[in-house]
Formats: sequence, structure tokens, C-alpha cells
Amino acid sequence: MRPFHYSRPSSLAEALIDMRDALAAEPNSSAAFLAGGTTQLDLMKLEVSRPDRLVDLNALRGEAGHIRWDGTSLRLGAFARMAEAADHPDVRARAPMIAQSLSLAASAQLRNMATLGGNVLQRTRCAYFRDTSWSACNKRVPGSGCAALDGVNRAHAVLGTSDHCIATYPGDFAQALLALDASVVIAGPGGGRTIPFARLHRAPGTTPHLETSLRPGEIIAEFIVPAGGWFRRSLYLKVRDRQSYEFAVASAAVALDLEGDTVREARVALGGVATVPWRAREAEALLRGRKLTEEAARAAAQAAFTEAAPHAHNAFKVELGQETLVRALLQLATMETPR
Amino acid sequence: MAEENDHEVRIHESRRRFLIGSALAGAAPLLPGDAGAQADRSTPVPEAAGPAGIALQVNGRTHRLEMDARTTLLDALREHIGLTGAKKGCDHGQCGACTVLVDGRRELSCLTLAVSVGEREVTTIEGLAEPGGDLHPMQQAFIDRDAFQCGYCTPGQILSAIGCVREGHAATPEAIREYMSGNICRCAAYPNIVAAVMQARDQVEGG
Repeated sequence: MRPFHYSRPSSLAEALIDMRDALAAEPNSSAAFLAGGTTQLDLMKLEVSRPDRLVDLNALRGEAGHIRWDGTSLRLGAFARMAEAADHPDVRARAPMIAQSLSLAASAQLRNMATLGGNVLQRTRCAYFRDTSWSACNKRVPGSGCAALDGVNRAHAVLGTSDHCIATYPGDFAQALLALDASVVIAGPGGGRTIPFARLHRAPGTTPHLETSLRPGEIIAEFIVPAGGWFRRSLYLKVRDRQSYEFAVASAAVALDLEGDTVREARVALGGVATVPWRAREAEALLRGRKLTEEAARAAAQAAFTEAAPHAHNAFKVELGQETLVRALLQLATMETPR
Repeated sequence: MAEENDHEVRIHESRRRFLIGSALAGAAPLLPGDAGAQADRSTPVPEAAGPAGIALQVNGRTHRLEMDARTTLLDALREHIGLTGAKKGCDHGQCGACTVLVDGRRELSCLTLAVSVGEREVTTIEGLAEPGGDLHPMQQAFIDRDAFQCGYCTPGQILSAIGCVREGHAATPEAIREYMSGNICRCAAYPNIVAAVMQARDQVEGG
């Protein structure tokens, strides 16, 4: 691990000032925030991340660690730990998908440490990104190429890829936020702003090193998840190489508002198969107004993967991703929901 | 030299000269020939990454320590305080051998900076038994149920198991398997670990 300046501000306002000053003093500064540390310290040990300054947000636990229902939305403070949100009665009862996406992720220890804000910013598990002995990684070293394109790419993405990067977005919670049209409250040195969650992550395109639309010095403060008729009939289905404590090979975050057996509204996001949290709007459009039969589910799943671009070892993800979505839809069709 | 702890020593040879320089001098110049493999992101070196003074609350005692800001809680426990119960397995948060309780919750000491712990209370395997020597019910259960072979993962398993029970995730063998999945046992003592957690479940405070 490289040496770094360390500071531990005692408030969000102080943290923003610390970072603003660091960036003003050194425009090319690699300064980073430290929250739960489960990604940041891991990558610092690998020397994939080499911040010259670390602004530790762990004294801020009390400031944005809330989880509450405000009558129309779930409000999830960015400093709440994954385990706190996963076990929270309001989250579990109102939007099961959110609780499941968190409790099926990582391990109990990591969920006690990792913050919700840090969780959505976790970096890809692409082995070529994580191992600096590979010289080609456009995400780690812009312009250096992509070793995964012709390498071992079983774990890589089939949706949202480019000629520059096919690394999979590894998280689970983000798919739930995306499907449920959450918004992100961002605190910054110049004031706050709120953006749709769908605009937080950037597809790799020609600039895979730019992963989010956060500006330098900004911090995620809160997620706001507006309730809808699809809130309760929702689930997160995660398919993995082992039963627990593993990243998704394919996952589906699905929420349905049904009238009888007809779909009034559908919300679908996919994980494990795409470079960013992936909203399957084509699938949603096909389901809307139709009876939820297996045939309809299959048509939706097929539509979700029309644009899939597999590589040498990950073509199986197209069928697996489709089957995962079909299973999630059919499971939801028969789910008992309290009214 | 106190700062030359486990993980720094493990860093490959090309980095070593620099790290030792850093620990000795506090104010460390970057050696020009030592910029690492990635010339694209030449990290400016902090002018003062020297030792930080911290107070760690461990097993009911306060330890005042001087250490490099890079020191993990795991290395602080093992190399600075001398509590070697928490084990270094993968050192990347994947195996659970370094699990400790922080303010009563199970966390990974290898992915925690010691300077970041602050006022929070750390409990290691050494802090579980009663002063008179009576073992914690979870320790006793691991012995009763033969829940280990080589024992390397055991301190982490025991602290994780206490956390699992306190969190209310030990109702069934299935729940225990799911909520203990962050602790890997390469001897595969899993069935006996589940039995031990079941045995101690009702005796663990808050369980």
C-alpha cells in the first residue's frame, strides 16, 4: 500500500471542505474518500487504487445513517451499513427486493462494514483490472487496451459492453435502486443536487475509467426510493457459482404491479451480465398490459438480451440471464402480497 | 522497527526500499526510479505520511500506539499489541479469519485501518473468556462439538458465530450456514461448526 495523507473530518461539511482543499492544492490529486473500506482498502493493497490522500468518513456514521419511510418514499442514508438496511423492518416489508439484494450480497462481516453509498460505487471484479501485472486495462490505465477481450472472460458482461471494456458491474443493491426509479442525493463542495439513480453509472464506451457521473469532491448522501404499486410484489433473484458469499453470474431485480393476472406495471433490472446496473425497458414494455404467462415472460426475457454481445467464454450468460428473468417473473406471479 | 509490520514486509521487493525509507523518515521523497508499473497515474507522494498516534480500545483496555496510517486493525492487533488470535488469511476480506467484534458487531480487521477505528471497542478471541478462565459458551461449544481441525480459522469462526447469534440469524441450520458464509474453513469442519453455533445459541447474550 502506498503512503497517503489521512484526515478524519467530524462532519459531512468538513469532509467536503477537506476534499475541496485537497483538489484545489493538487488538481491531479488522486484523493479518495474512505467509507466502509471494503473496496477501497482492498484495491489499495493491490495498488490498483493509489490515493495520495484519504478523507475518512467514518466519524460521520450518525449524520447520514438513517433508514426511514416518509409516507411516500423509503429514504436510505448513504452511511447506513448494508446489514442495517437489509434487516430493517420497513425495507423488508415495503420493498422486499431491496432487502434481498443486500442480504444476498457479500458476507455478514462485509455487510456490517460497507455503506450503502460505497456499495453502489464498488469496482468491478474483472481479474485484469484487479491485477496490476496485466498492463492492458483501459479502466485502470486509460488507453492501455483490454486484456479481457481476448482473455478469460467467462465472468464478463454481455450487455453495455464496448471495444474498450467488458468488465461486469459486480453489485446487487444498485439493480434494485435502478428498477425502482430511485434518486440519489449528492452533497458537494458547491452545494447539493439530486439525480436519477439511472444517471449515476456511466457505460464504458471509450472512457471506461469514468464510471460514474459524480464530480470530484462529491459524496452520495442519500437514496430516495419512491413507492409504487409494484413495491411489495418485488424480488431480487441471484444466480451464483456457489450458494452464498459470491458475486452474481446473473441476477434479476423485478417488481410487478398486477391487476388479476394482467401486468399493470413492470420494473426490471439485470445484474451480473452488464457493465453497469442494467434497466431492461424493452422487457418492461412487452410485459405491460399482458397476462403474465410463461410465454410472456420468455418474450420479455428474449427482448432484454437482444443487444447482447458475448465473447469467447460468456455466451452462456445470454441464456442464463434470460432464464433468471423468467424464473423471477413467474415467482412473482404467484407471490402472496399483503394489501 | 515497529512500522515494518506484516503487510509491509510482504510487499514485493521493489517497493520495500521506499517503504522502509518512509517509515524511518516520515517525510518521504519518492525515488525517481521507483514509480511503479503504472506511469500513467504518478501518485504524488505525501510529504508527511509518518506515524500517527492513536488510542485503540481492545478487550477493555486502552492501547496508545504510534503507527503508520496504513496499518490495518489486524496488523495493529497482531504486530503492535501482540494479540495474535485474529489470523491473517487472505488479507483481502475474502476468508473471515481476521474477524473481530467492533462495538459488538463482527467486522473484518484486515479491511479496517487502525486509525479509522476511533473510539469503538474491539473484541478479539483473547477477550472472550471470563477473567477466572471460564470459556465463553461459543468457545466451549466449538470444543464440545469438535468444530475445527487445524484451528487457523477458528478465532474468526467463533467471533463471527457470536455476531451471527446476536444478529438473530441463527434460528435454523440453514440460516447459520448462510450467515456464516463469510468464514471459510479449508478443513471443511462446517457441519460441526453449525452444531456448535446451535449449541451455544441460547447461552449467548442477546441471542
